[in-house]
Amino acid sequence: MTDRSPSSPSITPGRLPAGQAPPTSAPAAPAPAGPGREARHQPQDTGLAADRVSWGVDGRLVLDGVALAAPGAAVTGLLGPNGSGKSTLLRAIAGVRPPDDGGVVFDGDDLLRLGRRARARTLALVEQDAGTDLPVTVHDAVLLGRIPHRSLLAGPSDADRETADRALERAGAAELADREVATLSGGERQRVHLARALAQTPRLLLLDEPTNHLDVAAQLHTMRVLRTLADDGVTVLAALHDLNLAAATCDHVVLIDRGRVVAAGPTAQVLVPEIIEPTYGVSCDVLRHPRTGRPVLTFSTAPVPGSVH
Amino acid sequence: MSRTRGPVAATGGRGHGVRAGGRGPVAAGIALGGVLVASLLGAVLIGPAELSAAEVGRSLATHLRLDLLLGPLGLEVEPLSPIRDGMVWHLRAPRALTAAAVGAGLAVCGVVMQSLTRNPLADPYLLGLSSGASLGAVLVLVAGGAAALALLPVAAFAGAVLALAAALGLAGALGQVTPTRTVLAGLAISQMCSAAVSFVIFWSVKGDAFREVMSWLMGSVGSATWTSVAVTGIATLVLGTGLMLCGSILDAFTFGESAAATLGVDVQRARWGLLVAVALLTGALVSQSGSIGFVGLILPHAVRLVTGARHRLLLPLSALAGASFLVWADTLARTVFAPRELPVGIVTAAVGAPVFAFLLWKGRSRA
Ligand SMILES: Nc1ncnc2c1ncn2[C@@H]1O[C@H](COP(=O)(O)OP(=O)(O)O)[C@@H](O)[C@H]1O
Ligand SMILES: [Mg+2]
Repeated sequence: MTDRSPSSPSITPGRLPAGQAPPTSAPAAPAPAGPGREARHQPQDTGLAADRVSWGVDGRLVLDGVALAAPGAAVTGLLGPNGSGKSTLLRAIAGVRPPDDGGVVFDGDDLLRLGRRARARTLALVEQDAGTDLPVTVHDAVLLGRIPHRSLLAGPSDADRETADRALERAGAAELADREVATLSGGERQRVHLARALAQTPRLLLLDEPTNHLDVAAQLHTMRVLRTLADDGVTVLAALHDLNLAAATCDHVVLIDRGRVVAAGPTAQVLVPEIIEPTYGVSCDVLRHPRTGRPVLTFSTAPVPGSVH
Repeated sequence: MSRTRGPVAATGGRGHGVRAGGRGPVAAGIALGGVLVASLLGAVLIGPAELSAAEVGRSLATHLRLDLLLGPLGLEVEPLSPIRDGMVWHLRAPRALTAAAVGAGLAVCGVVMQSLTRNPLADPYLLGLSSGASLGAVLVLVAGGAAALALLPVAAFAGAVLALAAALGLAGALGQVTPTRTVLAGLAISQMCSAAVSFVIFWSVKGDAFREVMSWLMGSVGSATWTSVAVTGIATLVLGTGLMLCGSILDAFTFGESAAATLGVDVQRARWGLLVAVALLTGALVSQSGSIGFVGLILPHAVRLVTGARHRLLLPLSALAGASFLVWADTLARTVFAPRELPVGIVTAAVGAPVFAFLLWKGRSRA
């Protein structure tokens, strides 16, 4: 593992010079930063910085030198086509599947060198579709998030139970507390996993498609929860496949494709046709939301004249 | 102690009568402990030869040297006749205690295997342990002779450990040791050992040896001695207690291995450590009792209905329930067709299979 200064990777508006062929021209006129969030920039020593993260399997590089930054107290969206490596990257950052190469620094700490339990107190990962056949109640499932905070020989304390209750409330799952996890719908389970991650009281929250299975109201609720967490100082990095959800809520986005960063920066500067079209192979128009002023993307399959593939 | 949502917790528990943090678990533990003590006494009392409670008490008092305690109080303990005393002290007592230790150990191992592989059908024998032990035992029984018989536990233990090593080696050779690979490798080793056992029996076992072999294969505590009590008791106390202390680690595996990793568990180390402890404990138990089925499979499911998947409760309560269960199963095995005895494995299967079906039916809302 190479050592490097924690502050080396930084958010570059537009593209990262990550060594790959840049997709045609730079976005001609970066969209004007929307009112509010995009303008906020944190000093670079807070938040998450991954540098040259690589992970391969069977001689194929799934992550090929990924560098990304997720500033502190902000919501960063991790975007990319199916199979581009979003889940793998989140697992690498979380230390679940440590990368073959590269470094991950959070708030000045080398996450990959941190002890397991210290890391589990620092960050939480909400994965996709984690289910169980065991008869475990929602409240007990959320209490699991307290395991890294107490001795392995001890049981949950009253304070742990209270933290779990608060996490359930915050994730909008309080009424599920006494249900069995195995009897929940996909959307309800997703909220329970969010609550479990919140019970871990992380400073860095990683989420893998947290709005999967959710109806539109629940999607917006989840994104609002992520926003309030960020406002409370949590660094949030969420893999999303819905570009419009990212457009509506993320402060920053990182777009990856085939294990490489294609573009990163403030949301309105990355979600532009010049970047989206070659990455996803669709034609794309960006409108303004009439009320929020944030970008709204519309897609069609028609080939775009002049776009380079 | 209880959660603030009192009414919900009280009514909405979906059958989870024992709530974490309350006095429930302790009460349940004490109750099950009481049941176990009563079961042990019952098992020593019940049997074809009528022994009164007073006689049993006198025998136990004599051997536990309670007379030293009672004597000064003016209470004389009159020893039993050697034959009746032997029945209590050399037959029924070690047998009941061995059954209790084996039942407790198997139930704990079953919980650990099911949680670790996240497979509700897993049991302590999953990694080919019982087949490996059977092969070792059958080879010794076939070789025959009194000296060989004394070697039987050692051979069974060695067979179990070799089977475990083979299964884990095979799983490891396939790549990362995932739960599915562990199950499949265990199955392969298990089938290979079973084939070898069948072959040896078919080829060379006749007459009395055949009954001996069958009884061992079905599992029995009929020939338990104080040595069996020592081996199974110490193994269950040491390894079983160690496993019971891993409740939080097993909890962390509830949503799979990567969820466990994000909760700060060293997944590889935890898995190997737990598997090896289960194998050693199961090997020690099997060496004394043969492979008694269904205890390690159904007891965890039954106790889970009450505790949920909280291992800090599930493990000790399963141990206590498993101990009582096997004590009664063995009492049935030696009394229903007395003076003929059944291998206790037949009783546990006869009771266990319908109970298992019932548990599946109870849990149908989940699947
Ligand atoms: N353990 C693995 N073995 C083989 N290939 C893998 C493994 N994990 C991920 N991949 C491959 O890596 C690529 C990226 O996967 P993933 O990170 O899940 O993508 P995303 O989450 O962006 O859809 C896919 O092509 C996937 O098939
Ligand atoms: Mg994914």
